[in-house]
Amino acid sequence: MKQEIVELICKALRELNTGNAKPELNSPDLETRLIGEKSALDSIGLVSLIVDLEEKISAKYGREIVLADERAMSLRQSPFRRVDSLADHIVTLLEAKA
Amino acid sequence: MNGPVAIVTGTRKGLGKFLAQKLLASGWRVVGCSRRPADWDAPGYTHHELDVGDEAAVVKLVRETAAAHGRIDALVNNAGIAGMNHLLLTPASAVEKIFHTNFLGSFLFLREVAKIMSRQKQGRIVNFTTVATALDLEGEAVYAASKAAVESLTRVAARELGAHGITVNAIGPTPVATDLIKLVPEAKIHDLVQRQAIRRLGTETDVWNVVEFYLRPESEFVTGQIIYLGGARG
Repeated sequence: MKQEIVELICKALRELNTGNAKPELNSPDLETRLIGEKSALDSIGLVSLIVDLEEKISAKYGREIVLADERAMSLRQSPFRRVDSLADHIVTLLEAKA
Repeated sequence: MNGPVAIVTGTRKGLGKFLAQKLLASGWRVVGCSRRPADWDAPGYTHHELDVGDEAAVVKLVRETAAAHGRIDALVNNAGIAGMNHLLLTPASAVEKIFHTNFLGSFLFLREVAKIMSRQKQGRIVNFTTVATALDLEGEAVYAASKAAVESLTRVAARELGAHGITVNAIGPTPVATDLIKLVPEAKIHDLVQRQAIRRLGTETDVWNVVEFYLRPESEFVTGQIIYLGGARG
């Protein structure tokens, strides 16, 4: 399942970059940073990504999840820091809801 | 119908029902909700039964609305409950119940609707506070505090969502003759009205006037504002 989620995240990142303003978002991978100084996303971009992913997950898996849940807030390291950690977080949410 | 789309909470009766019907008459499509079924219906209106403080139910309603209509142009966060009691006689369960509906409910709808609006790069959110907050009314500590939290949420959300083309404002009605005040003693209402600049009860139309102002396309530069009816100020 994780590979599917990674692909969803990468697809969402490429779609966010339709204007090609951030070339590094054209070929995202597990290490692509989503927050912090080295991230290609600004705060609006991150919000758009989260909204888009919640919709994509709903369409693909028929589940209504909220990415900014309590687990995400309480983790010492944010799950939103990289594609890899965000995919792990989403898998955990989907498995918890199953 | 292809008019703009609004979600209005607490539409089974009273002010919420009135505002929903005003929006419908103005060409909006309205999705309403309340805990119990509505005893009214109209073309362009859809009713859902839910607890506004139930996160999963709110997420579901907002996403279904966006999927069905393709957009959400406005949120009118009207649902609320009041409670009068001396604070020394107020049980913790009453505090939780009032904050659950008034603050958590407003927060959840605002968060979920703003996600949809941020993609559209436009949207209007109207929250509901009360003159009880502005006037620091005795006997309404918990109700006033829950609405003070809504006011704070309104101002911060206005800043966080401004870049997304979303305005967030609030209206603070005076007492309006609805179910919300039917248990408040007449003398108490009289005292409250005496503290307003214009000394009369509010009407549903007074509230609609401010809501309609916030929703107007021309109000795109108005955000983070709280308008109290009747000139009520502490």
